[in-house]
Amino acid sequence: MKKESLWGEALKKIVKDKISLFSLIVVLVYTIIAILVSLGVIVGDWHQTVGPNYAPPSSDFIFGTDFLGRDVFKKVIYGVQVAMSVGFISSMISIPIGVVLGATAGYFGGVVDEIIVWFYTTFSSIPTIMLLISISFILEKGITSVYIALGLTTWVHLCRLVRGEVIKHKNRDYVQAVTAIGGGHARKLFRHIIPNVFHVVIINASLQFQVAIKSEVILSYLGLGVQEQPSWGKMINDAKQELTSGYWWQLAFATLAMFLIVLAFNILGDALRDALDPKLKGKES
Amino acid sequence: MQILQYTLRRLLYLLPVIFGVSFVIFILFNVVLGDPTPILLGKNATLKQIEELRHQLGLDRSWLMQYLDVVKSAFTFDFGISWSTKQKISDIIISRAYPSLTLTLPAFVISTTFSILISLFVAYYRGRGIDTFVRVLCIALMSISSLVYILFFQWFFAFHLEWFEISGYEPGFPDFLAYTTLPGIIWIVLSIGPDVRFFRTVMLDEIYQDYVRTARAKGLREVTILLKHVLRNALVPIITYVVIQIPFLILGALLLESFFGIPGLGGVILEAINSSDFPVIKAFAILTSIVYIVFNLITDVLYAVVDPRIKLH
Repeated sequence: MKKESLWGEALKKIVKDKISLFSLIVVLVYTIIAILVSLGVIVGDWHQTVGPNYAPPSSDFIFGTDFLGRDVFKKVIYGVQVAMSVGFISSMISIPIGVVLGATAGYFGGVVDEIIVWFYTTFSSIPTIMLLISISFILEKGITSVYIALGLTTWVHLCRLVRGEVIKHKNRDYVQAVTAIGGGHARKLFRHIIPNVFHVVIINASLQFQVAIKSEVILSYLGLGVQEQPSWGKMINDAKQELTSGYWWQLAFATLAMFLIVLAFNILGDALRDALDPKLKGKES
Repeated sequence: MQILQYTLRRLLYLLPVIFGVSFVIFILFNVVLGDPTPILLGKNATLKQIEELRHQLGLDRSWLMQYLDVVKSAFTFDFGISWSTKQKISDIIISRAYPSLTLTLPAFVISTTFSILISLFVAYYRGRGIDTFVRVLCIALMSISSLVYILFFQWFFAFHLEWFEISGYEPGFPDFLAYTTLPGIIWIVLSIGPDVRFFRTVMLDEIYQDYVRTARAKGLREVTILLKHVLRNALVPIITYVVIQIPFLILGALLLESFFGIPGLGGVILEAINSSDFPVIKAFAILTSIVYIVFNLITDVLYAVVDPRIKLH
């Protein structure tokens, strides 16, 4: 019962606050766009030449065209899918690793804990940017490497958080009650403790999305990112040559699209943290 | 004495982490990467050439020996030879560190000082309009890609207004200032968002403590409380946050250096990526990890010095 009221209350708090509600709507709209692009419903024809090269924004092309006369608006929309998928898939990689390792370490303690702590200390000792570069450099260039590289670099923080939470929870009354009715380790951990600490995962995911989206831009600039598709990173990167000739629109609209979603995830992350875990308020990140 | 013992114990604790880091790097570069000889020799290499090169690079040895090589390089900083320039990697790193530091070090000191001052200011006005404004501004600043700042600032201030050099570098003070000032300003703009956000939270955590209420009850002025009590107690998290960033200064500002043509360490990494120079990337991964580990240790020791409450065992 408590779990439902916690989430219900959190949602109420977020919807009540105008800025948080706006952020939530931005995230939902971006998600829908990303799904539609993935299904091929919209902007499947982004690569077609539709007008002259470098046409400035006008009523025909609201975001202008690029050097091949392609519609910048369509590229920006396609970029939504790339950005959201980078955030989503890298989270899908890092969440299972982080939660399972963190929960195991926190719950069992002792040698198991020491080994897992050693393991994540090791990973966190390699500066993220170097690990990102190394992984995406070694794997074949492309978006799959970006997913894997980001997934493998972002689980550490989550693992540490989950471990801390599980340690706090494992001796609470409700867990002892499960022991009393004969529940084993697996039942205690997966049916009772993890659902109770899962808010940490959600808060972390919303922060991870924006880290992932920003990293994609950097990796694309380094030539280690997305290859065949348009992405905001590639569009911003193109602007390096375009700005001096006054072609500002690719940079402006890719930046704007990215700004909105990163801002939304930032605000939503803070709002979720305040709503779900008042004790953590402001302690992280 | 206690501090010394503590430091030694923490040093011992570093060994398994160094072995671990070496293992991750060994797995990535020696196992997953596989055989790099076709990249080096091209498609038409003879079998004998491949054999020779593999021997030269130590790739024909057992995996255990290769792993131990990685561990050894973590202690000796002898990373072998760059494939593209044929220079010793440790020499390259030493010669290119200087331009990087002339950019990052002043920028880092200025941005940290600035951020602490701003966060003291907003902590004083907490909950009022200016505080909310700065908070929102920080989040907004953080929501724009660093690449965009660099592109825009370079275009606007160097290309359009011609206030600064667009790119290039000259060693020696004050000659380098003409080249490092604009990237330095961009660095400051990039760091202020996350820094102020963090420092503000840390200070607000302290401001609601009982000792602050006592100080206020004694009739101390708010400014005195902020500077003498709050800032002092907030010092522990601030030190951690600041010291942990130092390894990244050595890494150089990857993007800034490449945009402004500063021949620093960031440039070395970029060149290595473009020319598939694996040993250089590997060297940087090892080196930055070791520096990070060492600075982590320094933070822990500083912790114990600054705050006697932290137990030394």
